[in-house]
Amino acid sequence: MNTAAPFEPWTDETATPLIEFSNVTKRYGEFTAIDQVDLKIYPKEFFALLGPSGCGKTTLMRMLGGFETVTEGTITIDGVDMKGIPPNKRAVNMMFQSYALFPHLTVADNLAFGLKRSNMPKSEIDGRVEEMLRLVQLQKFAHRKPHQMSGGQRQRVALARALAKAPKLLLLDEPLGALDKKLRQETQFELMDIQEKTGTTFVIVTHDQEEAMTVASRIAVMDHGKLKQVDTPDRVYEVPNSVYVADFIGDVNIIEGQVTKVQGDTAELLWGEGKPSIRGMAGNNLSSQTSGAFAVRPEKVAIFTEEPADRHNRVTGMVEDIAYLGNMSTYYVRLENGALIKSQVANDRRIAHRSITWNDTVWLSWTDTAGIVLAS
Amino acid sequence: MNLGRRLLISVPYGWLVVLFLIPFLIVFKISLSDYAISIPPYTPTLDTSEGWSGFAAYWSKLDFENFVFLAEDSLYIKAYLSSFKIATIATFLTLLVGFPFAYAIANAPEEWRPSLLLLVILPFWTSFLIRVYALIGILSNEGFLNQFLMWTGVISEPLVIMNTNAAVYIGIVYTYLPFMVLPIYSTLEKLDGSLLEAAQDLGCTRISAFWSVTVHLAKPGVIAGCFLVFIPALGEFVIPSLLGGSRTLMIGKVLWEEFFSNRDWPVASAVAIILLLVLIIPIVLFQRNEQKQREQNK
Ligand SMILES: Nc1ncnc2c1ncn2[C@@H]1O[C@H](COP(=O)(O)OP(=O)(O)OP(=O)(O)O)[C@@H](O)[C@H]1O
Ligand SMILES: [Mg+2]
Repeated sequence: MNTAAPFEPWTDETATPLIEFSNVTKRYGEFTAIDQVDLKIYPKEFFALLGPSGCGKTTLMRMLGGFETVTEGTITIDGVDMKGIPPNKRAVNMMFQSYALFPHLTVADNLAFGLKRSNMPKSEIDGRVEEMLRLVQLQKFAHRKPHQMSGGQRQRVALARALAKAPKLLLLDEPLGALDKKLRQETQFELMDIQEKTGTTFVIVTHDQEEAMTVASRIAVMDHGKLKQVDTPDRVYEVPNSVYVADFIGDVNIIEGQVTKVQGDTAELLWGEGKPSIRGMAGNNLSSQTSGAFAVRPEKVAIFTEEPADRHNRVTGMVEDIAYLGNMSTYYVRLENGALIKSQVANDRRIAHRSITWNDTVWLSWTDTAGIVLAS
Repeated sequence: MNLGRRLLISVPYGWLVVLFLIPFLIVFKISLSDYAISIPPYTPTLDTSEGWSGFAAYWSKLDFENFVFLAEDSLYIKAYLSSFKIATIATFLTLLVGFPFAYAIANAPEEWRPSLLLLVILPFWTSFLIRVYALIGILSNEGFLNQFLMWTGVISEPLVIMNTNAAVYIGIVYTYLPFMVLPIYSTLEKLDGSLLEAAQDLGCTRISAFWSVTVHLAKPGVIAGCFLVFIPALGEFVIPSLLGGSRTLMIGKVLWEEFFSNRDWPVASAVAIILLLVLIIPIVLFQRNEQKQREQNK
């Protein structure tokens, strides 16, 4: 982005969303696949839908594409109610999970398929096909049939075909699912690059939270047809609004207990009789004297051989396991109440921790703003 | 190649040599002979007691006279052309009926499909001849169809269907329908539903998606089905003789008459040889279609 201001249309009350879900519910018979979803997605966003299998990601996307009807509520795209509008009349294109390339057509003909059915003059179609081939670096493959190409190449054809008509909105259902890790990472950056170049709004479905964190401007975490949290990747990671989200995104330590104090944006949690309470940031809608949970990321937990008396948050336990990950080491520490807490330490300070080994009694500590107290 | 594999391959080849190549050569030899009132009803026959000179005498009497005769008598050429026309029209009609059948089965709920397929194959459990006779009972002037139509008041006079080409078409469509339905079904069943959605996503209406995707991808099945109907229909004898009229001219019928009514084995053999040569063309085309399909499915 060249502009100095960060790209955050969702914080701007006056910005008009490209997509708006209002109270959308989708039922299959008795089963509710999407449950009263409200959501706004803004132009040029790279929006990721993340959630466990069967939570309704594909369903949400297929409703946008026009392949599923909405049971209740409305979806508008660019201010137009999409009710009853078939897929071919929407300025939306979809990249299918199975790619859905036409096996009887060459790559070039696959790319031209949508263009021939649009009002683009015939003379411009070849040029556009050429341009799309260049975008995904497949110029040499124009005359191949899909079955003569590798999985990664097919996936790029599918992407190019979905982009060829320059849709306002591109839907990608687990576009990188079939690729190996290295190709996947390369393609993620390629996707971001293409998204920026074309200025298209992308909605991507993924299982892979790392992928969502890498590519997305905002992430929606879903569970059982509901949106649990819609936020930027860093906020989803740093300030999850529920134990579910904290647990779903990345690695986390959860300590359950009783919320004893909520003051401004800090809160305290009592987690064991006679133990000093834990202090952290206060989560959304947290009230005192209820049960809650403290969530802290392993990389924010420091490990000591001596009691760090100057720190408020400190717990003690025994080292049960050490996982050496090259650049990092993870210490698994069992507390007296049975909870297992992970501490992840970068190995540049390895010398300082060399002395710690299995069955040692150690102290764990973190700052007052490292973790968050959540209602449970 | 090791011995075991050679042996294995030699079984079908042996079968082909014994049951196809040798009979073919016998028929070919008869087609080069001349008609005679004797047993067998042609000459020359090989006299092995004469040794080498007997064989030379035999050889010198074989000629292509019968083929020249077929070319000169317009009846035969007409019969070939008429068979070709009837087989083509019947194949087209079978396709018109068979495609919707196959499409409906392929789109039926998965648990129904085996039963529906079974219903298509079911008529094969009765003898072909009995089924054709049953059609007479339906199509004749006093048959069920006319009775039904007159009862409903659609017609007042019975329709004359029996002994016309229409009856032949009905017979062929009815008896060969499974050969059309099964290959088309097998291509439609493999069709990935997301391709249709992709077509709609890219701007097709439901109907144009059907044309540009379903019909295109069903092509190999359609071609296979058409050949499977066309090839046997071309030489069909039972249906034109039982359902067709005296004016229905088909080469299978001519062949039968030459053989049994005229007892002219040499001419009948020549007719058969020509029919076989004519059929080789569509058979080779059929093989090529199958080959292409296999390559696409790889
Ligand atoms: N046509 C349908 N009829 C009935 N139930 C359906 C249908 N399609 C989806 N569902 C149900 O709706 C729920 C959501 O399905 P959906 O495909 O949206 O999940 P998903 O989040 O995309 O999962 P995955 O990550 O496995 O792709 C699932 O429980 C699924 O069983
Ligand atoms: Mg899905």
